[in-house]
Amino acid sequence: MGLLTSKQKEILLGPLSKNNPVVVQMLGICSALAVTSKLEPAIVMGISVTVVVAFANVIISLLRNTIPNRIRIIVQLVVAAALVTIVSEVLKAFAFEVNKQLSVFVGLIITNCILMGRLEAFALANRPWDSFLDGIGNGLGYGIILVLIGFFRELFGSGSLLGIKVVPQVFYDWGYVDNGLVILPPMALFIVATIIWVHRSRNKELQEN
Amino acid sequence: MKVLKDFYESLRPHFEEGGRFSMFRSVYEGMDSFLFVPDTTSRTGVHIHDSMDAKRTMTAVIVSLIFPLLFGIYNTGYQHNLSIGADPGFVMTFLYGLLSVLPQLLVSYVVGLGIEFTVAQWKGEEIQEGFLVSGMLIPLIVPVDTPLWMIAVATAFAVIFAKEVFGGTGYNIFNVALVTRAFLFFAYPASMSGDKVFVRTAATFGIGGGEVVDGFSGATPLGQVGIATKEMIGTFQAVDVTGQPLSTWDMFWGLIPGSIGETSVAAILLGGILLLYTGVASWKTMLSVFVGGAAVSALFNLVGTTVAMSLSPIEHLCLGGFAFGAVFMATDPVTSARTETGKYIYGFLVGAMAILIRVLNPGYPEGMMLAILLMNIFAPLIDYFVVERNITRRLQRVKK
Repeated sequence: MGLLTSKQKEILLGPLSKNNPVVVQMLGICSALAVTSKLEPAIVMGISVTVVVAFANVIISLLRNTIPNRIRIIVQLVVAAALVTIVSEVLKAFAFEVNKQLSVFVGLIITNCILMGRLEAFALANRPWDSFLDGIGNGLGYGIILVLIGFFRELFGSGSLLGIKVVPQVFYDWGYVDNGLVILPPMALFIVATIIWVHRSRNKELQEN
Repeated sequence: MKVLKDFYESLRPHFEEGGRFSMFRSVYEGMDSFLFVPDTTSRTGVHIHDSMDAKRTMTAVIVSLIFPLLFGIYNTGYQHNLSIGADPGFVMTFLYGLLSVLPQLLVSYVVGLGIEFTVAQWKGEEIQEGFLVSGMLIPLIVPVDTPLWMIAVATAFAVIFAKEVFGGTGYNIFNVALVTRAFLFFAYPASMSGDKVFVRTAATFGIGGGEVVDGFSGATPLGQVGIATKEMIGTFQAVDVTGQPLSTWDMFWGLIPGSIGETSVAAILLGGILLLYTGVASWKTMLSVFVGGAAVSALFNLVGTTVAMSLSPIEHLCLGGFAFGAVFMATDPVTSARTETGKYIYGFLVGAMAILIRVLNPGYPEGMMLAILLMNIFAPLIDYFVVERNITRRLQRVKK
């Protein structure tokens, strides 16, 4: 056995598909709709959430035997808030433009259901290394969906990817017009729904009757 | 006819289970019941069959839609002639309109029916005839210059997300044709509003075309209302494409710029009478939409601080898509309220909301589409309360 045991592999890779926080557990939908009108903020948001969830998981996991049960939510919030502040400052320093596009949603990572959910459900009951993997897995699971949504929304809404025009000018000359609805949040919901549709039809055991 | 039927029957073995084209069986069955009246009868129990099945309902709607369609075709040519100052005679005017409208009709049917057939095939179900009506409605409620690929994209979106995911014909929450229009409206606003799209000035297949006359403006009367300033209250006058004033009768007969099938209240009312005569549409819904619209616009008249508010109720009811929506969209038996009392409430609110959106929202010159879609959401709720109230009332009668 190499670096990871099979259980740890499940912890890391499960959230990418079968136990995806967005399309299976339906968490973090709000920010998935809000920050995905372009691909770049979607990627940055995915990375930010991954970092915050992973390290918050580790810290809470290290503290899990000392945190009094009745004030655990406050402790979790303090840890998450500290990490979110760090991430927010880093973004402001090195990616100011993206930070402006993400606006309040960086700060709102604190209230992200995925973050609180993993802290409550996983970090409080597992060892730091497992918790770290769980955080990375869930953050990436969230990020993948965000990138998918951002990809389609930027492609069809602005005709570009990462700010670079990919729809050739000839198309526009022929009368192609970028779809304004894809830029609006409602269409993000349709894209999430379509992803879920495809995902469920590939994973029949997830279908509910 | 006998020959045709015999020929069609001779193909049947190929489409039965195990035949060469068994995968296309639902297409075969669909064409069978489309072309011929089914003669299958029930074998057990007591059944009363009404000849007014889904297919006859759809046929009645299609026939009533022919009035606005024919008028819309003529009007397309008429507006074109006005805009270039030509008079090629009735036949050429009609031909120009026909060639401009027909591609949209075809695209809408090909895309929509294509998806319906594919889904039916895929699920192994029979083909439902619901899209026959939607496919005809879609070209009637869009501007004549809407690019065909946009209609194709929007139709595909509407059929998949507003209809098939809910379970197909009869299960949709929203009116499919209106979802198509809403998609177009929000996705491609530049092609769905403004003064460039409602009058076709270019040549169609070599017919028509030419320099537009001086002072040409393709703005619809509602578009003109939307941009009118406060100083114009009392003096506002809707004009046609060449700047000539339009009377309320012009708006009623419908030789004005607008979406293809929506301009003529006269043609729409003819279709509406047919719908009422065949019993397909409910007069309760239809009437209460007009009452709701008239009531709210009369209220706005009392306020009268913008041009839109000061328009008389008659003008409000004649302009834009109001009449078309009231007759053909609000009465859609699937998406409207089903209880008899509910129909009054539903219709009244559709009319009221349409005028509210039209007058108060500066972003949208027209409100009928959004009003009907909004009320589609509330139709089940209205029905629920009507039924609940009925239950309570009858329970009380039992208790006494």
